[in-house]
Amino acid sequence: MSSVLKIILQRLALGVLTLFIVSVVIFLAVNALPGDFAQSILGQGATPEAIAAIRKDLGLDQPLFTRYLTWLAGMLTGDLGVSFAQMNFQNSMGGGEMETVATQIAPRLYNTLWLAAVTAMIAVPVSIALGVLSALYRNSLFDRATNIFTLSSISSPEFFLAYILILFLAVLNPLLPSLSNIYDELSFAERFQRTLLPALTLTLVVTAHMMRMTRAAIINLLASPYIEMARLKGMSPIRVIVKHALPNALAPIINVIALNLAYLVTGVVVVEVVFVYPGIGQLFVDSVKIRDIPVVQACCLIFASAYVLLNLTADILSIISNPRLRHPK
Amino acid sequence: MTDRLLTIRNLKIEGRSDETWNPIINGVDLDLNRGEVLGLIGESGAGKSTIGLASMGYARDGVRISDGSVEFDGIDLVNASAATKRALLGKRIAYVAQSAAASFNPAHKLIDQHTEAPVQHKVMDRASSVEDGVELYRKLRLPNPEQIGFRYPHQVSGGQLQRAMTAMAMSCRPDLIIFDEPTTALDVTTQIEVLASIRDIVEQFNTAAIYITHDLAVVAQMADKIKVLLRGDEVEEADTRTMLSSPTEDYTKSLWAVRSFHRPEKPAIVTGSTPVVSLKNIDAAYGRVPVLHDVSFDIHPGRTVAVVGESGSGKSTAARCITGLLPPKSGYVEFDGEALPLDYRKRDKMQLRQAQMIYQMADTALNPRKSIGEIIGRPVQFYLGLTGKEKRKRVDQLLDQIELEPSMYYHRLPSELSGGQKQRVGIARALAAEPKFIICDEVTSALDQLVAEGILKLLAKLQDELGLSYMFITHDLATVKSIADEVVVMKDGRVIEQGGKSEMFQPPHHPYTDLLLSSVPEMDPDWLSTVLKERGVDNIGDAAVDKM
Repeated sequence: MSSVLKIILQRLALGVLTLFIVSVVIFLAVNALPGDFAQSILGQGATPEAIAAIRKDLGLDQPLFTRYLTWLAGMLTGDLGVSFAQMNFQNSMGGGEMETVATQIAPRLYNTLWLAAVTAMIAVPVSIALGVLSALYRNSLFDRATNIFTLSSISSPEFFLAYILILFLAVLNPLLPSLSNIYDELSFAERFQRTLLPALTLTLVVTAHMMRMTRAAIINLLASPYIEMARLKGMSPIRVIVKHALPNALAPIINVIALNLAYLVTGVVVVEVVFVYPGIGQLFVDSVKIRDIPVVQACCLIFASAYVLLNLTADILSIISNPRLRHPK
Repeated sequence: MTDRLLTIRNLKIEGRSDETWNPIINGVDLDLNRGEVLGLIGESGAGKSTIGLASMGYARDGVRISDGSVEFDGIDLVNASAATKRALLGKRIAYVAQSAAASFNPAHKLIDQHTEAPVQHKVMDRASSVEDGVELYRKLRLPNPEQIGFRYPHQVSGGQLQRAMTAMAMSCRPDLIIFDEPTTALDVTTQIEVLASIRDIVEQFNTAAIYITHDLAVVAQMADKIKVLLRGDEVEEADTRTMLSSPTEDYTKSLWAVRSFHRPEKPAIVTGSTPVVSLKNIDAAYGRVPVLHDVSFDIHPGRTVAVVGESGSGKSTAARCITGLLPPKSGYVEFDGEALPLDYRKRDKMQLRQAQMIYQMADTALNPRKSIGEIIGRPVQFYLGLTGKEKRKRVDQLLDQIELEPSMYYHRLPSELSGGQKQRVGIARALAAEPKFIICDEVTSALDQLVAEGILKLLAKLQDELGLSYMFITHDLATVKSIADEVVVMKDGRVIEQGGKSEMFQPPHHPYTDLLLSSVPEMDPDWLSTVLKERGVDNIGDAAVDKM
């Protein structure tokens, strides 16, 4: 077991290093955005003095390096800072409850993770099952139909898929609500029901990739001597694939799943907009629009962490799925 | 006849390539009675494995049974449904593959793979199948039979895996087992144990078997009767003793004759002469794993030194130290009495060209995208600085030397050549540098016997013409007998014994050399029984080195 532990620790350390590098990149990239918050909040007619005052207020007059260190120190202590937009309110209105970036992001992040979880619960089993079946009946009508269907859905724009689903599942057959405005007071069932349409849309988006990787990874192994051996032992085709090919194909499949889950956390703005779903993607886009740098940076870092964490998990799972590493000689 | 188990009539099999179906087997008949062992022999491409699989009603992807009948115990396997065949496979007909390491599923423990067939075919439940598995492991003399099944394939050595696979084939007590080159990938000392185990268990359960191999001496030990195949046709069939003593067909006779190639003995080395290559007290390691311990030997001008030993004994590592690919930890390499830099990057062109290599797998050692002319031309240009017409002339000369017609082969790609021709190109590439010394790393082990003999003869001819010295790495003692002048025996990274060929093949030996020599199968059908009796049957398991 110790060698597995060692590999996992190495990967963890690498993950932390990656996050650190990412934080630098995010910081530089966000600061390279044209225009700044003071300019966009005060409008075209603002005097240079007013702009300078606000910049000073927000610490934007400090050198880049100092600002980075302040931000990094805040991040490391769990303080994501205060949104510029909120700070502005406080200044002009004189006191009142000030909302931190953390309290602003938390409910949105929760919603996004919930949507991603519901989607994953549907998409992952469906993709693997479809992948296994299309590998089993490769080159059959079923295989071709599955390929055409998943490929067309991944090739269509997300909003188009969303409207098609709304048309069939909300308008023509009113089974599900077309708006997914969820809030805290909803019961679990209501929440689930309202999330279902965006989740189905996203399922259509991510299935193709995972299903095709499952199919390819399995078919890749079908020429292996141990698969021939299983066939020569008289095992049924489905058993050959599920019991003999799939366990050896897990590593690439897990990696593609992780990549798609990361996408679900970070890249679903369009779907959120269509269904008016209060996720983190919308918050992110809004913050970029008004150059609300602390929120943008925090969102970027969360996205990056999601990628790093999910890929790390995928790495660890692939290691564990390999008996050579699990049981060294 | 009631005891007829398998009847094959006029079997024709085709394989698809480039959208057309080409014949692989052109109408072969085969009869097998219960409890009988048939040996199928022939060179690669003879269709042995294809017939073996066809007798299970199985054809690989891109292969089809186009005509003829395969009848197993009254069941027509050619026209049987997939479900009917599945009910037979594993249960009444079992298969033992060439490479157990590749044919065991790396994701499951041995015992789980062992019990799969009995449980799925509802022959017995899992618990009794596990018990039976342990019993079979014991019968096959696997070490630690109680626990070995609970290991994963990668935790078990090749010879043990091969026996575990035989146990797996036995799990449902089939009527017929197809053994497809089960010992080809094994070292001689391991091979003898596996052969003994297989023969015992087949006799014990009175199982019929088809034993496929290209090794005549092996088949002589295992089979009751032998069928010789050549490019999809039967050459002849007879019972083992008749076949060995009086083959009727010319092809069979030529197969039998291969082992008779011997070079005349060379005069002894003049004492005090300077060796071409000399290894002095070499210690080497891969990372922190030590591989060579105090290895010293000399190679004299115009002579062939065979380095023999089993896989993992450090033969190839010694070669890597000479070429400088793996700089030794301590010790040094001398060339014509001069110490060479240990790392090849520190050697100059003159030093580099003196030692050339020929590899085991000519397939992977030649760049598939370069023509033969380019492959041989590259070292000609690099080492000798020849270009244009002169280069072409030199390449043509080299092609002549390896007996390939220059105008025919200059522009061909490696994929358009046969295995033996590819190996000849490998030899020409080594010669192109005009070296004094060539390392031949298992150059004949991937080749059929007749082709291998051609390569050995070519190497001998070149040695006489050019005064080359060879370091000949091999695990095949027959090859050693035919071409070596001196022999170095290695084991676990040490030189166990070294000396002239004639003294090496005469007792007294180091016990390990003895074990190695006595494990080489001989054409005598009683050889295996005799050796086992000499060693005492009980300790074959211990006799060979346990390689985990």
